[in-house]
Amino acid sequence: MKLKTLALTTALGASLGLGAAIEAAKAQDSLYVPLLTYRTGAFAGSGIQIANGMHDYLEMLNQRDGGIGGVKIAIEECETGYDTKKGVECYEATKSKGPLVHNPYSTGITLQLIPKAQVDKVPVLSMAYGLSAAADGSKFPWVFNPPVTYWDGASAIIKYIAEKEGGLDKLKGKKIGFIFLDAGYGREPIPLLTQFATQYGFELVQYPVPAAEMQNQSSQWLNVRRDRPDYMIMWGWGAMNPTAVKEAAKVRYPMDKFIGIWWSGGEDDARPAGEDAIGYRTLNFNGVGASFPVIADIKKHVIAKSLTQTKPETVGENLYNRGVLNSVLIAEAIATAQKLTGKKVVNAEDVRLGFENINLDAARIKALGLDGFTNPIKLSCDDHSGGHEVYMQKWDGKTWVMDGKWYAPMKDVVRPMLTAAAADYATKNNVPARTEACK
Amino acid sequence: MLYKILIDPFVQMGAAPDLLVQAIWDGFVGGVLYALIALGFVLIYKASGVFNFAQGIMVVFAALALVGFHQMGVPAWIALFLALAVMLLLAISVERLVLRPLVNQPDIILLMATIGITYFLIGFGQLVFGGEPKRMITSELGIPKGAQDFDVFGGFVSLQNIDITAAVMAGIMVAALAWFFSKTRIGRALRAVADDHQAALSVGISLNQIWVIVWFAAGIVALATGIMWGARSDVSFALEIIALKALPVLILGGFTSIPGAIVGGLIIGIGEKIGEFYWGPLLGGGIESWLAYMIALVFLLFRPQGLFGDKIIERI
Repeated sequence: MKLKTLALTTALGASLGLGAAIEAAKAQDSLYVPLLTYRTGAFAGSGIQIANGMHDYLEMLNQRDGGIGGVKIAIEECETGYDTKKGVECYEATKSKGPLVHNPYSTGITLQLIPKAQVDKVPVLSMAYGLSAAADGSKFPWVFNPPVTYWDGASAIIKYIAEKEGGLDKLKGKKIGFIFLDAGYGREPIPLLTQFATQYGFELVQYPVPAAEMQNQSSQWLNVRRDRPDYMIMWGWGAMNPTAVKEAAKVRYPMDKFIGIWWSGGEDDARPAGEDAIGYRTLNFNGVGASFPVIADIKKHVIAKSLTQTKPETVGENLYNRGVLNSVLIAEAIATAQKLTGKKVVNAEDVRLGFENINLDAARIKALGLDGFTNPIKLSCDDHSGGHEVYMQKWDGKTWVMDGKWYAPMKDVVRPMLTAAAADYATKNNVPARTEACK
Repeated sequence: MLYKILIDPFVQMGAAPDLLVQAIWDGFVGGVLYALIALGFVLIYKASGVFNFAQGIMVVFAALALVGFHQMGVPAWIALFLALAVMLLLAISVERLVLRPLVNQPDIILLMATIGITYFLIGFGQLVFGGEPKRMITSELGIPKGAQDFDVFGGFVSLQNIDITAAVMAGIMVAALAWFFSKTRIGRALRAVADDHQAALSVGISLNQIWVIVWFAAGIVALATGIMWGARSDVSFALEIIALKALPVLILGGFTSIPGAIVGGLIIGIGEKIGEFYWGPLLGGGIESWLAYMIALVFLLFRPQGLFGDKIIERI
C-alpha cells in the first residue's frame, strides 16, 4: 500500500514537473500573454466585448504576421468574473508560465497586483483604469496606465463642463453630482473631484451605488431629482450603466448634462433607454466603428476564419475597440522591447522597458492601421500614463458620435496631485525606491 | 445632528410631498417585486421544507429563456409559453434528479443541493444564452412603455407604465395562487404536504407530483419576476444579486406565509426607499443594501417568528 502511494505520488510529481517543464519550453519560443477577462457574472455585459477585442487583435497578429517580430503570441484567458479574489487566483495561476504582462481589467484586481508586480517583476497594464497615482513611474516602475488616468478623466469632464459654462471661474456655486459604483473603481476619482470642488468653488454631491443595487437605483435618482445638480458625472460599469441612463430619463434629468467616464460609454449602456438616452455623453479615447484598417484586418484574419467568440455584429462597437487598443499597447510594448534588446523572445523585464519607451506617433499609428482610431501615445520612464487627449462622445439614439474635438485633460493641475499621491502611497506602503534604470 | 436625524427628514417630507409620494410609489413597486421573489421561496419551502437557494437564478434563467427563444425568431407569446415549458422541464428535472434521490436527507443537504442547482443554472445559462445583457421584449409582450405623470403637490409624480403593470401582474398572481391553494384539489394537497408530509403520504398524496407542481409554480413566479425586473433594466446575470433582497423579506414575513411574503416585501421595499432617500445622505448614501436587513431585524425583536409565521413551541 505504501509502495503504491509512493509510486502514485512520484508519478503525480513527475507529471507536474513535466507540465511545468513543457510550459517553460513553450515560454521560450512564444510570447505568453495572459488576459484576465470576465465573460461571466454581473459585469459580463461590459467584460465580453473588451475580452473579444483584446483577444482578436492579438490573434490577428498571429494570423497576419506570425505573431510579433515573427514570434507567436500564446494567448490565454483566465476568467475573473470581475471578482478581485478570482483575479488574484488567475494572477497566481499564470505567474509560473512566464507572463510578459498582466491585464487585470478591474481596478480592484489592479490594486491587489500592484505590490506583487514589483516583487515578481512582471509589468501590469491597467489601461485607463486602476490607481491613478501609478502614472508616476518613479514610484511605480512596474505599473502602466496609459493613455489617461481616472484623475485625468475627471479633470477632462470638469474642463468640458467649465467650457460649457464659460470658464472655470463660472463653476463657483454650481452643484455637480457624482454617481458611482461603490467599489475601488468608482471611488478612485473622489480625491480629485473633492479637491477640485474646493479649488473651483462648486458643490460635489455623491451618490454611491452598491454593486448589489446596480439594477435598483431609483433611490439614488430620486435624490438627484431632489438635489437638482447642474451636472451629473457617472463612474459606472456593467449593469449599473444602462440602469442609470434609464433612471435619469425617468426623473427627467437633462441628458446633455449627464456625462459618463469612458467605461460608461458602451452601446449597450445607452441603447436600452432608446430615444430617452439621446444626448447622453461620455468620454472616450478610442475610435468607434469598423471603418479602420486594423478592424478590417481583424475581420479578414480572425472573424472570417471563426477564430474567435466575437459576434460579427459587435465588431467595431466601442468596448470592442477599447479591447483592441489595449492589445495594441501590449503588442507595441513587446515590439519596442524586441527593438531595444535585439531579442526576439523577450521576457517580462524587457517588456517593462518596452512600455516605458512606447511612442505611438502619427506615422506609427498609420503604419498599424490605427489612423483616426487613437491619438498619439508616448510614455516615459517618469510618466507611465501620459495624460493624453480624450474626446467627448454623445449618443444620437443609434450610435456614438463625436461631440467636438480631441482635447487635453487638465494635466498641469493633475500631474502634481498624482506625484503627491504616489509619494503618499509609497510612504504608507513602504514601497522601495526604484532601482530599474531608465533607458 | 439630532435635528438632521429626527426632525429634518420630516420637514423635507412636508416641504416636498410629491417626492414623498414618489419615494413611496418606487418603494411599493420595488416591494412588489421583492415579494414576488420571496413568493417563489415560500412556495417551495411550504411544500418541501427546502430553502431554495436557486430561486434568484431561476428568475434570470426564466427571463433568459424567454428572450433567447424570441431572439431565435419565435414570436413573443409563443416564446412565453416555451419559457414556461422550460420551467416545467426544470421542475421535473429537479424532482427526478435532485429531490427524489435525497428524500429523508437532512434539510442542510437539500439546501446544499439547491446551491448546486444555482451554480449549474449559472453555468448552463451562460453556455446556452451567453453572458451578455439582453433587452427584455417588453413591447412585444404588450407591456406598455412610457409613464403617467401627475402634476401634484407643486411638483410631479411619475408612475412608469411598466411599474403599474408589475403591480397589477403581482396582484393577479397572488390572487391566483391564493385561489389555487385554497380552492383546488391540488392546492389542498399542497397544503396537506406543507402541514405534515407523513400524514399527506398516508392519504395517498403523491409527494413527487406535488414537488413538481410547486417547483413549476415557483418557476412561473420566477418568469413573471424576470419579465418585470428585466423590463426595468435589462436581463443579465446581475439580476441574481437582487434576489438576495428576498432574504430580509422572508425574515420579516416568515418562510411559510404567502401574505407574509407580500406584506414583508412591501415593508422592506417602502422602508428602504424612504430610508435611503431621507436618511441615506446623512450616512454617505448607499445604505439600501443593509437597511433592509436592519428593518427585518428590528421586526424580529418583537416577532421572532416573522410577521405571519407560526409560533413553534417544542415541548421537551
